[in-house]
Order: sequence, then structure tokens, then C-alpha cells
Amino acid sequence: MQNPYLPYPVRIDNVTIATEDKSLKTFKFIFLDPNDEKKFAYKAGQFAELSVPGKGEIPIGIASSPTEKGFVMFTVFKVGLVTAYLHNMKAGDIMGIRGPLGNSYPWDLLQGKNIVIIGGGFAFTTLRSSIVYMLDPANRPKFKDIHVIYGARSPGMLLYKDELAEWERRDDINIHMTVDRTDDPNWKYNVGFVPTITEKKAPSASPDTYAIICGPPVMIKFTQPVLEKLGYDHDHIIMSLENRMKCGIGMCGRCNIGKELVCKDGPVFTLSELNRTPREY
Amino acid sequence: MMVVKIDKQKWSSGINQLKSTYDVYGPAKQGKTYEFQKLGSEQLPDLTVQNTTLSPKSIVFPQSEKMFSFHTDENKSGHHILKEMNNQSMPKAVLGIRPCDAKAFQLVKLNFDTCEYKDPYWIRAYESTTLIGLACNNPCSTCFCTSTGCGPFSETGLDVLLMDQGDSFIAKSLTPKGENLLKTATWSDSFDPATAESILKSGKEKAESKIASRVKTDQLASKSIMKIYEAPFWDDVAFSCINCGTCTFSCPTCWCFDIQDETKGCQGIRTRNWDTCMSPLFTLHGSGHNPRGEKTSRVRQRFMHKLKYFLDKYNQGIMCVGCGRCVRLCPVNIDIRQICNMMNSYQPS
Repeated sequence: MQNPYLPYPVRIDNVTIATEDKSLKTFKFIFLDPNDEKKFAYKAGQFAELSVPGKGEIPIGIASSPTEKGFVMFTVFKVGLVTAYLHNMKAGDIMGIRGPLGNSYPWDLLQGKNIVIIGGGFAFTTLRSSIVYMLDPANRPKFKDIHVIYGARSPGMLLYKDELAEWERRDDINIHMTVDRTDDPNWKYNVGFVPTITEKKAPSASPDTYAIICGPPVMIKFTQPVLEKLGYDHDHIIMSLENRMKCGIGMCGRCNIGKELVCKDGPVFTLSELNRTPREY
Repeated sequence: MMVVKIDKQKWSSGINQLKSTYDVYGPAKQGKTYEFQKLGSEQLPDLTVQNTTLSPKSIVFPQSEKMFSFHTDENKSGHHILKEMNNQSMPKAVLGIRPCDAKAFQLVKLNFDTCEYKDPYWIRAYESTTLIGLACNNPCSTCFCTSTGCGPFSETGLDVLLMDQGDSFIAKSLTPKGENLLKTATWSDSFDPATAESILKSGKEKAESKIASRVKTDQLASKSIMKIYEAPFWDDVAFSCINCGTCTFSCPTCWCFDIQDETKGCQGIRTRNWDTCMSPLFTLHGSGHNPRGEKTSRVRQRFMHKLKYFLDKYNQGIMCVGCGRCVRLCPVNIDIRQICNMMNSYQPS
């Protein structure tokens, strides 16, 4: 019987500081056994348990794309015991990864559709995975227009800045970066909260247009009415949830919202699905 | 199916035979209460007790269980890599488990044995355990098993059903596992199956007629989750609750657990421990946000999980076998029977 609690051993290949306040770091991991990488076949939107022996496990969205081979990548906010320890780990250290876990963004459904990605703050990780996945030359023809609205408190708090700049130069994706405020004279993009920029930049609703939202609760709270105003149906608004988790496989009982388990039935739900569940997230 | 009669003189010798093949568990006095214990070499299960204070779930699902070991000494090979532990033990035989507690294992199995994931710890322990149930001739006043799809003579989840006949037991094997156990114990005085069925039938009727406590569950499935969730009675239900967790601790169908690492020097283990939805820590986010930070939301979670979410998810009835432990043990007299009836009869205005 395969033990779903047993992590794959990995080595930290690289650690980079992701934001100017150093509260987020990006970790690249390499599987000690190359066969494990094949077993860890994932889709954009899934997560994994990062397992630090002696400290514990944390559920983190996968930031690398299934089209990127040879490593898996996670961007981790320093918030608790395991993440604080992880932030002090360095390249070469050994730990574990358990997964991939949860569902993913509904890629079969999204084929042939316009995609609007709306992200805020640290929650851009699985959205990065999705963008890299869609921009892969083999995948880009499968999608129509792609819009990305991504905001952070300040320019230095945006994740993956180099890639954002690179995407910005492309003509097959529309990037709308924004910051809450800045005194940086070189900032040439938007200033304003994500809901405001969404109202200005997001394409109007159509049966062929899906919005994927990931961000802090306050951003979601104010973006939802904007999308409704633009005419988005609730089953065209896709969201990814977070809850405290331990097992990640639907057994330990804590991450439920009603009868759905965020770890196994989610973390990705449409807004119309969430309307039918208690808001315990 | 095999039916045998076990004279009480042969009862103890059979149990001693079993001990060479099985770890034998049974109810035994422990301080002021009776609990399921691993029986010593000459020890017999005490079958005079109506039921144990705690459920026997820990026999399959220990309160604390080692999952993996590891070491963090970078000078030695294999550091920071988890290794599975050898948790193998003798097969277990549980003598005198009540039908409600046996059925509870079947409900819990729905959580641990799924098509996507198998929990190897729980499944291995469950599969290597033989359950020899004792029919309840005299149910407790708090038992409401006949309302939960179970009953004092229910055979669901059992390998053998015993009925106490005074100077003997009638033993009906229900599975190959049960048959093996009867053979191992050399309990082989065959008994006419038709006569056994008629004795069991009249015993069942008699026992069921003694169960005065009932709950209604017939309307639960047709009501929407959100409607019951938003019902106005939850604050009243939770008012006296002190979130002590006695209900989840004693419940045979509560399975929630936590996973923790423990280290001493360079050696460590990953363990899993029973957890409780009554604790705010159960759902506390790293950010400090807590989706069930209020007492009312935790109490509601327990009853909604048992009586609605589980029912909707598996369509196998409610996640309660009517053992009555939480009713007897709750220090503030919260009564699941009353809450179940409230949920069942609730009509949103």
C-alpha cells in the first residue's frame, strides 16, 4: 500500500528573496530521485506539502509550471514555525515534498476561452504557474485573449518582477500591473487597488471569458462586485482557497467548508460553488 | 455462516488459546471506569459492563501513533529523509465490543479508505482486527442506536456476534475472519443455525423494545446545508459549551487528527495524534485569521459534520451510531439527540 503521507526527498537548489521586505522567498527544489519528479506530475493550481523533518509540514501552492522541467518552485511567506525555519534554510539542504495535492484550475474547461487572471500580493504563485503554462508555445494557441491584473502594495512587493517585465513586452498577453501607492518616479504602470484597475482593464463578460482570482480576502471582497458589474456569471469566476491543513488528502478533518474539503475537493472552486458552502475560509 | 455454542467453562480456555495468535482486547476495570484494554495472560474480558466509558476506536486508531522516523545528523547518510516505521503487530481480537462501536469502524472507514487515497496505518490496523461483538440484552437509557441504522443486535461491521445465554454464549460467525477466530479458540460445539436465528430474533426484539430514546433523521437529507447552517438555534446550542472536547474524545466516529514532529537531539519522529474540532487551534491560520474562531462555529461544525455533511457526502446515514457516550459525558449536558431532532424538524421561515 502506497503511503500518501511519505514525502519525496528533495534538495534545495536555490533560494532567492522575492520581495523588498524579505518576507517572501522563492525556493527551487530538485528531487533526489529523478523518478520522483515524474511521479510528481502536477497541473497549474495544485499545491504540495513542504515537509521539513523536525518542524512539520505546510501546504503551499506550486509556483512553477508543469512545462518547466528539472525542478519545482514555491514562493513562501514567512508567517509561522515551519516557514520561519524554511526561510533560514539554504541551497543544498535536504527536506521533503508531498504531492501534488488538490484539484487544479479547470484547464479542460478553460481551453479555447479568454482568461482574465486577477491577483494580489503573495497569492500570485499558482497564477504564475498558470501564466507560464499558458504561454508555453505548445499551449498558447489553446487559449484566446489573456489578461493579467496583478497588484501589490508597492513596486518592490511584486513577485516575479523580471518575468512580469518580460511578459509586458509580449503581444500575446496583456499585463496590467498596479501598486497601491508609490513615490518611485520610474514606475510607469498603474497606481490603484486591484478592484479599481479590474474595472478599467478587465474585458467585459462573455460566455467564453473566465476570471481566475487569487488574493487576500479584502481584494476578493471588493473585486467580486466589480466582476458582477462587468457581467461575469458566478460560474465564470474561479477562486483558489486557503485553509489550515495537515494531511492534504482529505482525512484529518480541519479544512472543510461544509461538506467540501479545501485540500481534496479544492483548493479551486467557482464562486457559484462557494455560494452553496459555508464561508469558513 | 457458522454457529457454535460456547459453554462458559470453555470461554476462558478459548480466550487463552486466542492469546497465542492474537493480541486480545476486552473491557476491563481501569480505576473507576471500564475501558478496552489488552488483556493479560490469565485476564478475561469483563462482560458485565454495559459499555466502556471511552470507545474502542484507539485499538485501530491510537490516540498517538508514530508515522515516520528520521534523523538530522548531516554527518550520517539519509539525514532529513523520512522512513516508514515498522508498526506491525500481532493481529488483534476485540472481545465484547458492542454493535454500535463495530458499526462506527465502518463509518470511519469511509474517511480513511477512499478511491483516491488509502491511509495505510488505519487500514492495516483495521484489517488485522477481528471484532467479536456482544449483543446488548440490556441497553443503556442513553442508547439510541435503533435510530442510527444500528441496533443492540446489529451485525454490521462485526466478525462474530455473541449473545449471552446465561451459562453459555451463542456465537454466530459473520465473516471468514470470525470463523478463523472461532476455530483458533477451539469453540466448535455446533449449534443449529435455525434455532440460533430464532433466539437472536427474539433477543433482538426484546432488547430493541427496551430502547426508549429515539431521534428523527428522516428530513435531514432533503434540507440544504446552507439553510441548516444558518438556522437561528446554533447560538443557543453552543451557549453552555466549554469546548472541552470530551464529546470528540469519547466518540467512536470522531477521527480528526493532527500531525506533529517530535525531536530529541538528532533523532525524530513524525506522529499523528487525535485532534478536536472544539479547539480554536484546529483551524487557526498562520496569519491569525480563524475561519471557526467563534465557539458557536465550532459546535455547529461538530453537529453539521456528523448529521449533515457526512450524510450528504457518503449517503450512508449520519456519522453517529447512537452509543450515547457524548450524552452521558458532556459536562454541560449538550445532547446530540435533541440537536439532531432540531436540525431534522427545522423549517426556515
